[in-house]
Amino acid sequence: MNTTTALFYVFSGVLLFAAFRVITARSAVHAALFLVLAFFSAACVWMLLRAEFLAIALVLVYVGAVMVLFLFVVMMLDINIDAFREGFWQHFPVAALVGVIIALEMAAVLLPGFRLIDAPVADAAALKMGNTKLLGIEVYTKYLYPLQIAAVLLLVAIIAAIALTLRKRKDSKYVNATQQLKATKSERMRIVQMKATLAPPPDIAPRGGKR
Amino acid sequence: MSLGPITLGHYLSVGAILFALSVIGIFLNRKNLIVLLMAIELMLLAVNLNFIAFSHYLPIEADRMGGQVFVFFILTVAAAESAIGLAILVVLFRNRSTINVDELDELKG
Repeated sequence: MNTTTALFYVFSGVLLFAAFRVITARSAVHAALFLVLAFFSAACVWMLLRAEFLAIALVLVYVGAVMVLFLFVVMMLDINIDAFREGFWQHFPVAALVGVIIALEMAAVLLPGFRLIDAPVADAAALKMGNTKLLGIEVYTKYLYPLQIAAVLLLVAIIAAIALTLRKRKDSKYVNATQQLKATKSERMRIVQMKATLAPPPDIAPRGGKR
Repeated sequence: MSLGPITLGHYLSVGAILFALSVIGIFLNRKNLIVLLMAIELMLLAVNLNFIAFSHYLPIEADRMGGQVFVFFILTVAAAESAIGLAILVVLFRNRSTINVDELDELKG
């Protein structure tokens, strides 16, 4: 049992334990924190598979952004936890049965089928190039068009998230730009012709006279 | 499971167990929308693990990065999904003061 094997078992064990705690945790904050642990262990497993760029991206995108978003929402919403726990274990037998069947079926197909496949010998040139560079070459040549679609998708997600949660302030005294631009002189100013009712005072000295 | 060298089957089994755990989570937490979203994230993680494992063990050198590129796109979609999902959750809580799935039955479907 070499180091890689030991590391694989450690990281997988932590990953599965964290996943189990995510689905059974009492409070949503604990679930979110265990989800962070699960993503981090998954990133370590991906490191073992020599997917360094994606492992770092997983930590940055998930632990850094998405999980902060989750924690923010969990803490912002005032949720009664006990209402959710009501009847929590009631469906556990069915759920466990379904889960065990899924896991056993997949393992039965996958484990014997792929047991004999050992890790292929890594190409020396590819190793020297590094995972990030290889991925970049693929993404920016062969998958350039899908990459741009993904970028547009992120833009749509930003706009949708902001548009959903944006609320207009009711107390702000803002100016409607359209109305302001359409305003004409005739609506804004009225010239009234009227006579002066008072005579000017007679004793005003002419300006520029003696001091 | 023998403690020999790690093969592709080991990684795929971890992915399968992770996927099954998230299915159980969706069964158990069917009232709590936030934990449902988290379980979906775990499912996507299991799928990504499978993709990366297959791409690592692929014998053909030229095609090996394809799986990782796909994981890249899945990460994009998952981030967008969770952002919009949480935004919908916030709007829902603002309007109804609850995110309990059992109480969201206005449509009477």
